[in-house]
Amino acid sequence: MLTGLFAILFYAATTILVVGVAMQVIAYWRTPAPLKIPTMPAPRTQSGVVYRIGREVVLFESLFRSNKWIWIFSWMFHMALFLVLARHLRYFQESAWFWVDIVQPFGKYAGFAMLAGLAGLWGRRFLVERIRYISTPSDHLMLLLLLAIGASGMAMTQVIHTDIVALKQFATGLMVFEFNPLPADPILIIHLSLVILLMVIFPVSKLMHAPGIFFSPTRNQMDDSREKRLIAPWAAEMEK
Amino acid sequence: MAKVKIDKPELTEYLQIPQLQEGAMAHSSPFVAKPDHQEALNFPGELVEDWHDQAIAKMGELSRTSRSFSLFLDICVHCGSCTDKCHYFLGTSDPKNMPVARQELLRSVYRRHFTFAGKYFPNLVGAKELTRETLDEWHSYFHQCSECRRCSVFCPYGIDTAEITMAARDILDAVGYGQKYDNEILGKVMKIGNNLGLPGPALIATLEDLEEDLEDETGLPVRMPLDEKGADVLLITPSADFFAEPHIDGLMGYAKVFHQAGISWTMSSYASEGANFGMFIGNYPTMKKVAERIRTAALELGVKRVIVGECGHAWRVAYSFWNTLAGVGHGAAEDDKYAQMLQKQLDPRYPAPQHIIEFTYDLMQRNALKLDKSANDHHTVTFHDSCNVARGTGMGGIERGQFILPRAVIKNVVNNYVEMDTSTMFEETFCCGGGGGLLTDDLMELRVKGAMPRMHALKKVFDEEGVDTLAAICAICKSQFSKVLPYYDMPMDMITSVHQLVGDALVFENND
Repeated sequence: MLTGLFAILFYAATTILVVGVAMQVIAYWRTPAPLKIPTMPAPRTQSGVVYRIGREVVLFESLFRSNKWIWIFSWMFHMALFLVLARHLRYFQESAWFWVDIVQPFGKYAGFAMLAGLAGLWGRRFLVERIRYISTPSDHLMLLLLLAIGASGMAMTQVIHTDIVALKQFATGLMVFEFNPLPADPILIIHLSLVILLMVIFPVSKLMHAPGIFFSPTRNQMDDSREKRLIAPWAAEMEK
Repeated sequence: MAKVKIDKPELTEYLQIPQLQEGAMAHSSPFVAKPDHQEALNFPGELVEDWHDQAIAKMGELSRTSRSFSLFLDICVHCGSCTDKCHYFLGTSDPKNMPVARQELLRSVYRRHFTFAGKYFPNLVGAKELTRETLDEWHSYFHQCSECRRCSVFCPYGIDTAEITMAARDILDAVGYGQKYDNEILGKVMKIGNNLGLPGPALIATLEDLEEDLEDETGLPVRMPLDEKGADVLLITPSADFFAEPHIDGLMGYAKVFHQAGISWTMSSYASEGANFGMFIGNYPTMKKVAERIRTAALELGVKRVIVGECGHAWRVAYSFWNTLAGVGHGAAEDDKYAQMLQKQLDPRYPAPQHIIEFTYDLMQRNALKLDKSANDHHTVTFHDSCNVARGTGMGGIERGQFILPRAVIKNVVNNYVEMDTSTMFEETFCCGGGGGLLTDDLMELRVKGAMPRMHALKKVFDEEGVDTLAAICAICKSQFSKVLPYYDMPMDMITSVHQLVGDALVFENND
């Protein structure tokens, strides 16, 4: 019963996440940027643009330049999240890739950094007048959701262990449409339910900033407007 | 004009992030465009009956035609990075002048109509219905943004509030609720050829006067040619250069440089305007129409090069958009007949368009100008990076050229140069407070307050380093500074065109 329910929920959530994000990304892809609007100074080569976006995605360069507090909390959170997600891959693999093994010990403790980063970001929403002013209920709930996912996960890693072997069999089973029993631990059920919720709201929320940044014209355009003519299809129609 | 009474912000020792004062600038809203201003640009004359549906329809159109519109409205996470970056926020304390809060005025309506979350959970994500009050709020706060793009430098996703402001103004125009200053001026360009509405004969008379002045000064027949077919260079400059101080001294500076370089050049009475307020109102067809005047003039006069005078947003439109809007540039596809028509005519050895600073810099590099720096020894000069030049353009074909070249030109003609606090310069430069189509008397309070961060940095070098000259390469900056400097106890005439400094340092044979 529980196994079947969560199997269905996971398939549904994965479909919503993948299809939802894909649809939005395709929409961004297809919508033209009719004018050259890179925030200058901008790279003059294509590799320079890749490097610029790389710095934004990996180091949060613009944020670093702007505000060290927001930067330290959000960078800490995102990098820790990356390690934690990488560590979770092992639950979907019969035998984990070697780098997933390497990440394992770091990922376990990255959970603390992730929670600390989230707490810092949430604290700012209360303590800094300007950020309090711009925060909507969903901004708070999003942080609460992530914190709850992190806290329930950390509880299982550090305090009340769940039957991890059975969980792994459940997860790897899902990959090949085999339904192995899911341990009925309350904390695990909470953790998985919240993750499913996160997957479902991802495509319709501000979490789309993750794929979105790659499409941002101010960051992904090259400084070559005088050397190469950019023209959107709808704008070219005006010249006929 | 007399100083309007405005309580200007105090200049504190360090630039401070103000406490929020809600509604502090809610009263600031520019005059609404009159029906004839609107209709000249094919916008409805006054607020249409079904403004709600038309505004939403326009938003739908924008999200299909411009990726930045929907992307920037979708992906903001309210991190707060931009909240202390806007000069209007720093100068007015009004929270709606924080870039993200300004965007939110439009985003809340976009969410309500175009996103799943906003349709079904409006309260959760701050989605709101478009009301008549919202529309008024748009007219107010989207005319408290100078589209300077400073916030976009600091946004982790590169969200550019200028794009949102332009979109909002485009929507306002589409429902018949435009801004008087911008739309009236655009009407003049379309009808007469320049923002001032200066007709051909008046232009000829002005240029003749200037030629006389130049001859008196240099003893040489330095020319100000107009509509001369077969000239190598077409100079496109903001029309303020024809009449306003200190702009006009910059124009005379260009003429001296052209004269000494021995390059044949001309201006155009048909395209006697570098400015393109079409960008300010975010309307592509209008911007294209204004830009096409330059294309037409270049084709008719048969010039090989197009050079742009000292004007910030004009240079952004020229550098970044002219190739797209009117084919003034290089590198169009072989089968792109529209662009190729002009591009075949332009000399491929020179960038198109080229900035007058690039032109002068190039001559200096080749030692083609005879200069005497000491002519400017009575000045201690600082340079203001204009927002559109700094964050919207390049120069010299090198990264950061827009910062390097103007300084190199200035340092070639001036001995005493001082840099302002570098955290207020280069790509982090503060707007003068009058850009983006706000250079109008009905927004004087906003302009004075918005100038505060720049004035703060300037006052430091004014007091401590003896700076008495503020050089700039933007017509709006020049006009704005001469208006607001007195509010901050600095002389209005300290603002100077870079090419005035160049012109003063040029040595002419007959000059003693």
